[in-house]
Amino acid sequence: MAGSTLTIKDLHVEIDGKEILKGVNLEIKGGEIHAIMGPNGTGKSTLSSAIMGHPKYEVTSGSIMLDDQNVLEMEVDERARAGLFLAMQYPSEINGVTNADFLRSALNSRLGEGNEISLMKFIRKMDKQMEFLEMDLDMAQRYLNEGFSGGEKKRNEILQLMMLEPKIAILDEIDSGLDIDALKVVSKGINQMRGEDFGCLVITHYQRLLNYITPDYVHVMMQGRVVKSGGPELAQRLEAEGYDWIKQELGIEDETVGQEA
Amino acid sequence: MTTETNLSFDKDFVRSFSTEMNEPAWMEEFRLKAFELSETLPMPRPDKTKIDKWNFTQFETHTVKSSSYTLLAELPEEVQALIGEEAAAKNLYIQRNMTPAYISLAEELKGQGVIFTDIFTAIREHSELVQKYFLTEAVKIDEHRLIALHAALVNGGAFLYIPKNVEIKEPIHSIYLHDDADTNLFNHVIVVADDNSSVTYVENYLSTLESANGVFNIVTEVIAKAGAKVQYGAVDTLAKGITTYVNRRGSAGRDARIEWALGLMNEGNTISENTTNLMGDGAYGDTKTVVVGRGEQTQNFTTKVVHYGRNTEGYILKHGVMKDSASSIFNGIGHILHGASKSNAEQESRVLMLSEKARGDANPILLIDEDDVTAGHAASVGRVDPVQLYYLMSRGIPKKEAERLVIHGFLAPVVNQLPIEGVKKQLTAVIERKVR
Repeated sequence: MAGSTLTIKDLHVEIDGKEILKGVNLEIKGGEIHAIMGPNGTGKSTLSSAIMGHPKYEVTSGSIMLDDQNVLEMEVDERARAGLFLAMQYPSEINGVTNADFLRSALNSRLGEGNEISLMKFIRKMDKQMEFLEMDLDMAQRYLNEGFSGGEKKRNEILQLMMLEPKIAILDEIDSGLDIDALKVVSKGINQMRGEDFGCLVITHYQRLLNYITPDYVHVMMQGRVVKSGGPELAQRLEAEGYDWIKQELGIEDETVGQEA
Repeated sequence: MTTETNLSFDKDFVRSFSTEMNEPAWMEEFRLKAFELSETLPMPRPDKTKIDKWNFTQFETHTVKSSSYTLLAELPEEVQALIGEEAAAKNLYIQRNMTPAYISLAEELKGQGVIFTDIFTAIREHSELVQKYFLTEAVKIDEHRLIALHAALVNGGAFLYIPKNVEIKEPIHSIYLHDDADTNLFNHVIVVADDNSSVTYVENYLSTLESANGVFNIVTEVIAKAGAKVQYGAVDTLAKGITTYVNRRGSAGRDARIEWALGLMNEGNTISENTTNLMGDGAYGDTKTVVVGRGEQTQNFTTKVVHYGRNTEGYILKHGVMKDSASSIFNGIGHILHGASKSNAEQESRVLMLSEKARGDANPILLIDEDDVTAGHAASVGRVDPVQLYYLMSRGIPKKEAERLVIHGFLAPVVNQLPIEGVKKQLTAVIERKVR
């Protein structure tokens, strides 16, 4: 099999001493698209931040492996170079650093010394992807995310995804704050990446996004755990019926973190 | 506390140096008067930085001899890099320590009456002109001890005079090369732009030594007469161990413009004063300053615009990055005097600290003695945002490189606005070297 596999086992994560994830198990293989759904406050974003290594999140037990590499022993940049990518819900704004300079630096870090992409080749690649994502070409010369609208930021995250071509991508609420046209464009970008070598974890609370990106697997998170998994039909049932039936089935009254079943 | 100057140099020394340099009588008298003043005047008091332990007055040598250059090809690599293209070397003065080592001025400019020479030649050959401006208009001899001491011991510098209505397109470039560890420099630069003239002057203070013990006492006077325009660029990269007092001051007449582009990148302790006096109605002053502090150095950067004339505009923009254990004070002062109606004073100072031990402080000060004016200030001091670094690193960029991007990004808004292309390039290279 060509792609990589991200394996998460019994993951426990704290923020400021408070446990948010309480034993998450998940396996994502190259070629697969997984969706994690769930209401607000159930630990979905914490999972994505913990995988990438956000400084505020502390993994207290469990493991994250990318093939045979221990992700938890890697620095954030090493995780990225190993093939992980996180499209963030709130991308940082960085004054004075142009989008193009940033992306070139990121791409070259990945390619390694001596294998840097030529400037011309880089510009061609960037222009092509920006056109594909229907982005204004002068956004390449704007400062990174600074003054970008919500939709522009999300497109810019997908642009980075397409430029960096990771093995496993996590999309943290990439659909929030997007109008329908932007949602279609963003979905088009993700679908373009689909293939044997690309595994993806889509985090969302709306079924809406999954109309455009059909997942192979759907998981529901509540109280810091994956409480139910299934195929695409699970997402459709959630869309039609909401989350209450799962809560009833599992005897959960309050689905948010901090509540026990 | 003792504030005695206790100089290793006396009046006889000053007299004989003046004689040796073949100076006219007025200059010798001026030096002697300054020397007397230096014994009684108080030290300057840069706001929020204590300098009573700093050594500005004790040094062993005043006079060092260096050989000059006949061909540009003989110049050290670092200097070559500053000159760049052949064409840029047309109007060039190189001073090696205190020795005038190379001078060139385009024939066309000479024909128009432009004077560009080392300060000693100027004092001898353009005596009256120099006397008229030497510490008389922009800076005064009796302001404080360091100015007086400077005047008594001037041992280097340049003089640039642009006659009325002459507009110089190519930049005039001075390089003050420091490559002798015994050097203590008292450098005096005068730029006089007569009515409706314009000029771009760029200077580099450059040490090729890793470190040295020495005192650099630098005074620059820029006189922009009615309708004149002066763009003044400077990139200072003096070595570790050099204690620097540098005062760059401009005086702008009616409708005159003075624009400063300063890269203050010394490695040693530095007190920098940069003042623009907007004397005439409609005068315009703009200062852009970029600073990177590192190591153990302590620095004080005071930028001031004083509005005397009506309808004057003054702008201050300063961005500084502090690394390691470096500490810096950024004072910004906009002063609108009574009568300077319809004037505008704006300033912005931003400091980014990269380590726990680095210190930075920004003090915006507005002094307004007139009702009918506009003024504004913005200041911020902060540390690198760990979430920003996380974001950059999450794309595979190593931490060092991520920090480098953030620093360049922080300074870019000032660097990109510098009016002189050559200074922009030099500064980018220096910043790159310092933040790596």
